[in-house]
Amino acid sequence: MASENGAPGPGHPTAPRRMLGWLPAPTDFRGELRAALEAGTHPERLHRLAALADQRLSFLETIQVDRGLTRQGQEPAPGFSPLRLAVLASSTVEHLSPSIRVAGLRRRLLIEIHVGAYSQYRQELLDPASALYRFRPQLVLFSLTPRQAIAGVPLGATPDEAEAAIGAAIDELRGLWRKAREALQATVVQQTFVNVAEPVFGSYDRAVPGAPARLVARLNERLAEAAVQDGVALLDIARATERDGLDAWFDQGRWLQGKFEIAPQAAPAYGELLARVIAALRGLSRKCLVLDLDNTLWGGVIGDDGLEGIVLGEGSAAGEAHLALQHYALQLRRRGIILAVCSKNDLATAEQVFRDHPEMALKRSDIAAFMANWNDKAANLRQIAEQLNIGVDSLVFLDDNPVERARVRQSLPMIAVPELPRDPALYVRCLADAGYFESVSFTAEDQQRGEQYAANASREALLKSSESVEDFLRGLEMTVVSGPFRAVDLSRVVQLINKTNQFNLTTRRYSQEEVAVFMDQEGALTLQFRLLDRFGDNGLVSAMILRPLAGTPDVLELDTWVMSCRVFGRQLEDEAMNQAVLAAGRLGAKALRADYLPTPKNDVVRDLYPTLGFRPAGDPLPAEGATRWQLDLDGYTQRPTHITRKAEEQ
Amino acid sequence: MTARAILDSFTRILRDLLADDSIVLTMETKREQVPNWDSLGYVSFIVAVEMEFGVKFSVAEVESFENVGALVRRTEALLAAG
Repeated sequence: MASENGAPGPGHPTAPRRMLGWLPAPTDFRGELRAALEAGTHPERLHRLAALADQRLSFLETIQVDRGLTRQGQEPAPGFSPLRLAVLASSTVEHLSPSIRVAGLRRRLLIEIHVGAYSQYRQELLDPASALYRFRPQLVLFSLTPRQAIAGVPLGATPDEAEAAIGAAIDELRGLWRKAREALQATVVQQTFVNVAEPVFGSYDRAVPGAPARLVARLNERLAEAAVQDGVALLDIARATERDGLDAWFDQGRWLQGKFEIAPQAAPAYGELLARVIAALRGLSRKCLVLDLDNTLWGGVIGDDGLEGIVLGEGSAAGEAHLALQHYALQLRRRGIILAVCSKNDLATAEQVFRDHPEMALKRSDIAAFMANWNDKAANLRQIAEQLNIGVDSLVFLDDNPVERARVRQSLPMIAVPELPRDPALYVRCLADAGYFESVSFTAEDQQRGEQYAANASREALLKSSESVEDFLRGLEMTVVSGPFRAVDLSRVVQLINKTNQFNLTTRRYSQEEVAVFMDQEGALTLQFRLLDRFGDNGLVSAMILRPLAGTPDVLELDTWVMSCRVFGRQLEDEAMNQAVLAAGRLGAKALRADYLPTPKNDVVRDLYPTLGFRPAGDPLPAEGATRWQLDLDGYTQRPTHITRKAEEQ
Repeated sequence: MTARAILDSFTRILRDLLADDSIVLTMETKREQVPNWDSLGYVSFIVAVEMEFGVKFSVAEVESFENVGALVRRTEALLAAG
């Protein structure tokens, strides 16, 4: 078929397949789709459709999967989370919905979409009786063309006039963002402006403040600044058009035919980019990059070719390609991604390369979990996740060998395994294109995570040499620094609330504004905990939000409690509860109320409240497996720990 | 490629697009005669045809195809022109 094999070019038929190049190509699309639709149960149909969404679908196949998906309705299913998304646009966007839903399915999100009436977003936002309000979106995406914003600016505008016009457009947008958050309590995502303006002067456009292309570029710069200030997530389609070429994203004919600003053939890529941002907002981005060694991190096979024989580093193009991957992995590590190794090799041989090869950019200490043995890779990957205390679905596995990739996908489909190109020169680009580590923040915590995992190795060593757990905990010499949420730590607190899946009692996700509201709320209580020990600073690792329970003023409800998996089993949960009880007592509370709301990931805290001395509080909760607990403050004795207390400087 | 083969491909594409295997296109079929083939479906169909055959229709052509046959003949001509 021409669509599968044609040579790729700008706007060429193969565009969507090329744009989703890291996903494996489907082998039997029709057969799998039929089997999915004929499966006996609703969850089974969803799982099979999701497995299809994990593949590199064409434009038409994406629509077919979506038809199958929408036929299933919005009925919930274990392993899938529902989400309501409103798309407010000043161009036609209906054609993007199938791709958005399929890309959501790729992340096991069931996205229900409300598309606002064409260019009616201002009115809809201002009218509490509108369909938008009835839909109650959790997420609002603004997908706007820059045409109106720049229409009134004359070509001869002075720099001040141009900036003023841009400023006015940005101010209007900020007003819309505020409205969406305050009136709808939705998280806001703003798409960057696609710069479709043709040059008027040529290269000199960049020097003319009123040139349309320059105005749009400036608009995007100001948009990014405003979004960061307002805590709005960006969907950077402008960047994607630079990556793929404007022709892959914009088709003048379609614009004229139906005001499609995103060309229909780019819809699968659009959906993927949006679903990534949504996943990042919900803490579903991947956390760990697992690297194969031979022919991935270096060229050749260390066991056969030896230290002198492998291809790595300056001097050969292939050697530099592998080195480039190492440098990219290091950059990821610096932004908080955990690195691990999974390779079929003798451990000593593999580790020796990290220690003794002069061209290695990655050091042994950069690798938080190192698995080199002859076991099945799937089993090793499972063990890596266990050792790092993260979900298997937080892993990305990079391996040059198609057989290993297929085997891992087969036994652990929740691991992301990019379809690496044959040429190592393109490894970095493939990994970057796949966007597994999409993020909506970058905190001081992220920058230190690498060191923190390295320090964990020292902690492991202490644990092994300790006679008992008590002995180990005493030997850690832990200190907790705590207090109410501080403005300077807010982005980390928000990140912790949104990314923590395991030690998370209610899995309520809050935006920065929403958290700020708790900080100012009369009678509410926020607590943040930073854990230090003799091996270093574990960072801000736990947060609690307690708020007065409506109707019973002397009961505080533990609305949210999250803790990083890095500090499980260090008695911090005891210490945090000790402090919550003290702080609640100071506020005049008599009791704490707390719910446990189960998710597929937070089983580890199912029995936390009874362990901490809470008693069942009746009131059966609607959600299956959810439990409600109460703790009377006078009956509480402070739980013994090996943690020293220090107050946070306010 | 013959007009017949192009027409068969069009039928398959439209069946996939609308999830309706009862569709059989003829040279005389008009869009209004096919259930659920709305204007968005028409654009999607044009895009799918362009991608499958590696051709591109002009804005004026997309606006004025009077029936499926006209679209088949235009596709045939574009393919022949290379």
